[in-house]
Amino acid sequence: MSGYDVIVVGAGPAGMAAAAASAEAGCRVRLLDDNHSTGGQIWRRASGETRDSLSHGKEFLQCVDRLREAKAEIRSGTRVVAQPRPGSLRVEHENSWSDLQYERLILATGAREVFLPFPGWTLPGVMGAGGLQALVKGGLPIAGKRVVLSGSGPLLLAVAAELARRGAHIEGVYEQASLGSLIRLSAGLIGHPRKIVEGLRYRNSIRSTPYRAGSWVTEAHGSQRLASVTVCCGGKLREIRCDFLGCGFHLTPNLELPRLLGCQIEAGSVSVDAEMRTSVAGIFSAGELTGIGGLEKALIEGEIAGRAAAGKPTAHLHRRRERLVTFGRNLDTAFRVREEIATLSRDETVICRCEDVKRSALATAQSWREAKLHTRCGMGPCQGRVCGPASAFLFGWQPDEIRPPSMPASLATLAAPCENESRIDLFDRSKMDHESDTRL
Amino acid sequence: MATREQQPRVETITATLNGRAIEAPAGTSVAAAIMMHNAHCRIGVCGEPRGPLCGMGVCMECCATVDGVEHVRTCQALLRDGMEIVTG
Repeated sequence: MSGYDVIVVGAGPAGMAAAAASAEAGCRVRLLDDNHSTGGQIWRRASGETRDSLSHGKEFLQCVDRLREAKAEIRSGTRVVAQPRPGSLRVEHENSWSDLQYERLILATGAREVFLPFPGWTLPGVMGAGGLQALVKGGLPIAGKRVVLSGSGPLLLAVAAELARRGAHIEGVYEQASLGSLIRLSAGLIGHPRKIVEGLRYRNSIRSTPYRAGSWVTEAHGSQRLASVTVCCGGKLREIRCDFLGCGFHLTPNLELPRLLGCQIEAGSVSVDAEMRTSVAGIFSAGELTGIGGLEKALIEGEIAGRAAAGKPTAHLHRRRERLVTFGRNLDTAFRVREEIATLSRDETVICRCEDVKRSALATAQSWREAKLHTRCGMGPCQGRVCGPASAFLFGWQPDEIRPPSMPASLATLAAPCENESRIDLFDRSKMDHESDTRL
Repeated sequence: MATREQQPRVETITATLNGRAIEAPAGTSVAAAIMMHNAHCRIGVCGEPRGPLCGMGVCMECCATVDGVEHVRTCQALLRDGMEIVTG
């Protein structure tokens, strides 16, 4: 049988908590993720890390243990590409595909960094802040390398601390938000002692590193790869030599799958009720998708969604969630990107990195659709995941409707008929992991 | 390799990058392996070298040909023994 009571898409904190809660309530649960192991971005394991040496804490291990005990089926390296019919997801795993049937679906696809264009941002060595951290956890040697972090959001400080711990020379952290914004945010942290402790711990670990508010990278320099950046700090420009630049402007939810499935989106996140139900019957959503809010919000929302999908009461969790939702909204306000950032790109600066569409080519377009039709902006393999949010910020364009596939997929996956039963053995239980979690 | 000296128990993976033998510790992503050997991942439409941006399978900047399969998101693939990686 390929049918599940609950399918959860995304194995970060929200998805793991949701899958665990549903499975504990007796549901047959399948947890899918496109990365090679569970944990999502925040719980990404570094290569060689063991259960004892994990840099992130007990909550991850609790989720791993709960999933194992409740016998939730985990499948990593699996991408959802389409919904052939309601109640069915077409997924791709390595080079094969399958259709999975569900009664209830929980979407927990998380968030990505917002990348905004500036001259030189396409040079190898310029990455997202989280992107650089992911590469380092994936084995990129960083000891002794000079790193600049820039953009916006709490991630910058967290990445600086992690990379410094691994021996990187952090040349500076340049946060575009004003000092006033950061002070207002800190004042609102009174009810969130854990966040204060976390922030202080990060700051303390990079004491000797400059952290500048109201500052940003204006340009990256280099011929074949990054050699230096120019930063604007207190109105003055300064060049800093570096090996890597990690630059991301806070986070944006990965809305492609919820939009493909017809879930209502409001103000850039999935609309949900108190039990995490979306506007589509049987589909729930949790974590960053419902608004950027971080780990604690993701865990509590996952718990609520997982319980609600299994028909269990959730009312005792609602108040805690509300407080964390408010915290997330305060983050959005504090790290709202200033307009000066929109003026960094020049006529010759690439906006769409997949198709190399330059800013000058977009000058006359009135909408995202027009830009796509006339210039191929947003038509490349990332399907506008990078230049979509960038052009929304630069030009105020709204995204179009999403059409399948939600991710590039092989022709065989796309062309296959609905529900080919013979394919189901691909997901044979005997081959099922915890495979990726055995070393934990 | 510094990483190997720090973690002597970690197994070493041998693969090829554009026909040249490379080594990296087990658990290394293909994207990290490409970067640590000073290669870019792909060539942009206008001929510029490109490397990873998002590190999480979203931006497609790290795509390369792995074991004959084109457009593999190398940040989401783990390096395996005997793997043949060809960059743009």
